[in-house]
Amino acid sequence: MEIPYTFEVRRDTGLTNGKIGLWLFLASEVMLFGALFASYILIRTGAPNWPRGDTILNVPLATFNTIVLISSSVTMVMAWASLVRGSFATFRIYMGATILLGFVFLVVKYFEYSHKFHDGLYPSTNNFLAIYFTLTGLHMLHVAGGMALNAWFWGPGAKLWKTNPVWFTNRVEHSGLFWHFVDLVWIFLFPTLYLL
Amino acid sequence: MTQPGAVTAPQPHVAHQSHHEELGFWRQYVFSVDHKVIGIQYAITGLLFLLFGFSLMMLMRWQLAYPGAALPLVGNLFGEARMPGGTMLPEFYNELGAMHGTIMVFLGVVPLAVGGFGNFVVPLQIGAPDMAFPRLNMASYWFFFLGGVTMLASFFVPGGAAQSGWTSYTPLSVLAGTGQTMWLIGMLFLITSSLLGAVNFITTIIQLRVRGLTFMRFPFFVWTQLVTSFLLLLAFPPLQAAAIMQMMDRVAGTSFFMPSGLVVSGQVLTAAGGGNPLLWQHLFWFLAHPEVYVLILPAMGIVAEVIANNTRKPLWGYRSMVYSLMFLGFMSFLVWAHHMFMTGMGTAMAAFFQTTTMIISIPSVVILTALLISLWGGSIRFNTPMLFALGFLPMFGIGGLTGLPLGFNVSDIPLHDTYYVIGHFHYVVAPGTIFALFAGVYYWYPKATGRKMNETLGKIHFFGSLVCMNVIFMPMFLMGLAGVSRRLFDGGETYAFAQPVLHLNVVSSWGAWILAIFQIPFIFNFFWSIWKGEKTDENPWQATTLEWAAPSPPPHGNFLEPPQAYRGPYEYSVPGAARDYTPQHEA
Amino acid sequence: MTSDHITVDHAADIDRQVRVYVVVFVALLALTLVTVAVSYLDLPPAMAIAVALLVATVKGSLVACYFMHLISEKKLIYVVLVITAIKFVALLALPAVTHSNGFWIDE
Ligand code: HEM
Ligand SMILES: [Cu+2]
Repeated sequence: MEIPYTFEVRRDTGLTNGKIGLWLFLASEVMLFGALFASYILIRTGAPNWPRGDTILNVPLATFNTIVLISSSVTMVMAWASLVRGSFATFRIYMGATILLGFVFLVVKYFEYSHKFHDGLYPSTNNFLAIYFTLTGLHMLHVAGGMALNAWFWGPGAKLWKTNPVWFTNRVEHSGLFWHFVDLVWIFLFPTLYLL
Repeated sequence: MTQPGAVTAPQPHVAHQSHHEELGFWRQYVFSVDHKVIGIQYAITGLLFLLFGFSLMMLMRWQLAYPGAALPLVGNLFGEARMPGGTMLPEFYNELGAMHGTIMVFLGVVPLAVGGFGNFVVPLQIGAPDMAFPRLNMASYWFFFLGGVTMLASFFVPGGAAQSGWTSYTPLSVLAGTGQTMWLIGMLFLITSSLLGAVNFITTIIQLRVRGLTFMRFPFFVWTQLVTSFLLLLAFPPLQAAAIMQMMDRVAGTSFFMPSGLVVSGQVLTAAGGGNPLLWQHLFWFLAHPEVYVLILPAMGIVAEVIANNTRKPLWGYRSMVYSLMFLGFMSFLVWAHHMFMTGMGTAMAAFFQTTTMIISIPSVVILTALLISLWGGSIRFNTPMLFALGFLPMFGIGGLTGLPLGFNVSDIPLHDTYYVIGHFHYVVAPGTIFALFAGVYYWYPKATGRKMNETLGKIHFFGSLVCMNVIFMPMFLMGLAGVSRRLFDGGETYAFAQPVLHLNVVSSWGAWILAIFQIPFIFNFFWSIWKGEKTDENPWQATTLEWAAPSPPPHGNFLEPPQAYRGPYEYSVPGAARDYTPQHEA
Repeated sequence: MTSDHITVDHAADIDRQVRVYVVVFVALLALTLVTVAVSYLDLPPAMAIAVALLVATVKGSLVACYFMHLISEKKLIYVVLVITAIKFVALLALPAVTHSNGFWIDE
């Protein structure tokens, strides 16, 4: 049995199931990070004093990481564009680059974290660090999840390209939507945690 | 299923019948991706959890009726740590209370109403072969299952299960034992399950509805599921965030919810402090108010289906019901702080939230009124599903009306956290939602099995339950008005002002135990009818909606021919028609 | 009814789109440097917050509109996002609700 509109577009909505499903999922993610942001604002505005991010955190490293994530978003969208053009080989290159950049992001983050721990700064130290570790930790989980998804499409999942290229292209697009969303969250995390 | 790798050329419809591909036992009944099997799995698991949650409550009712007395027969089974000599310890009472609430809401009603009925009925009612993402659907069920197992397992960790109420208010819950950590893990599983389910339902309803089934031709039940899914999708993530933060507070020693200088048993806590305990309440109720609509909307949907079918009339005011439903879904995100009038909220905020609360009561009243008016002038068939649906109306009415005083700041202050509140929301969820769910079980049972449940047993079940429910919950209003607090492990025995109403505890408790007895006919009927129930054709109730166009039970893929919708959902007693119903799929 | 036409549609103007991606990329890099640079100016807090959030919103919108193709998405997706946006605003009102008008806060 086949599920309709798995890869073909439904006329009246103009969409495939996967596209809607992914956007719905992102809507819930918006609420998840939104709740954490709201908590951050609440705790910060209720605190008698609050450190500026750059007095505790490493701004150059985070700037570098921001650029890494933005670049990975570009390579991601290029990977999809390559499929639209019908070039699987370039897709592989761009997708590989996306995964690699995600990896770089995580490695940098690892050094940031271990440096903090080394200095005796833990989530329990104060609420600034609590919110910092919680938000970035959750974000890192999302990066890792996105990488896993991308790796699937780079590797075993790519078989689908041979049998149903349209579907495969759509799925890469959806994976990209998630990846860009992760980038988008970071774009807000970076100034709020590091610069303000 | 097509073979992996085979290019997916659209198959002609006849292929639906012919692919009798044998799946093994595990793939067919346990790790199934068929929405009907998953729906039944959800429903049965949900029913079992309802029974379990009810059993916890029956234990508590002993302690409330006869505080300090040893529980005969089973009292010694719970061990010295919980019931030494058969007498319940307060900690055990708290465990039971917190888990009763959690289990009833998150493991009983939601899985049955959304996971069970939603899964089984929605794809059929929109003429779809399955859900949009069958494997995701299976994943939702198993996440739910894991959540349930985690909650059950928490009874066995040192210190027992969570004891901070189903609301898990901080800072108490942050300081509680291991059971609370298990509760949080369990909740994270359940939230994941609900989110995946919500994505799946919305996509399915929008994308897989058949030709001709425009939104205004949806059965009301489909509408309720659509709105419910949006509530789950957007309200659960804030609780997810809150659960993550509470977990951090407990495990990593952060202070999101821990104020500075908290003193416990004369000791200042060492936590960094600076957190805000009210933050938890806000995030919790940001979910939990929409959650009450998750509990009630599918129930309204079921009742609407059953009433239209058994009055043999179109629903009165279908459109206004649909618009009210959307308005309800929208407003339900703007009322949450009416649960927090007692937290020192200023007058401006209290005024805002009591206003939104009064506004949101309007659409509920519209829906209930429309259902009542639908009865007018119908030649009503009083079968078991209809009896339960009819029972729902006044019971939900009582629950809703008694909620109004809780929505006003002034009257909430004396009533807050008394047994009045317990009475109020139980009228909504127990004789309200649960009755609707029973109506649904009796109504769709023939679709799932090809046989009807026994009517006589059904009627015993209904009338017995109706009486008992009122015997249980009506006294609670009186106790609450007398000022007896909820969550008291001795039922208020030590308070002088409670003395005149204490005997009502005994009444309530006997009601609960007799209610249990009246569930026996149902349980028996449920299993007996699988083999011995009266055999039916695919449309035993002469209903109009699309699920009755599929065979009973529907095969994998549901319909022999993909149906098409030619008309609205409730064309009963159309003047000039040959029969008193004209199914949606008939041209 | 397989619809390779989506692909064909995109293929027609994919080259133009790729040029847009590159422009957006450069803009994002530039804006990143702007936020960091501004943070060294030591503006008064209110100003600093306003600028940082403004820049982040612009960057976020660029990502959403172009990389996530929201600029030319179907109506249904907009509907979903508008609903989400409303609830999101309610959520962000939460701190204000807590602090306003005598809500007890940690002294
Ligand atoms: C018909 C059987 C039921 C009976 C006899 C019953 C009885 C009670 C009683 C007496 C309490 C108050 C306990 C206390 O304050 O110490 C309570 C609490 C509660 N019940 Fe029920 N209940 C029933 C069904 C349900 C159902 C179907 C639901 C939900 C769908 C539910 C949800 C709750 C919740 C959320 C609480 C609050 C728990 C807490 O304080 O944290 N109950 N129930
Ligand atoms: Cu509420």
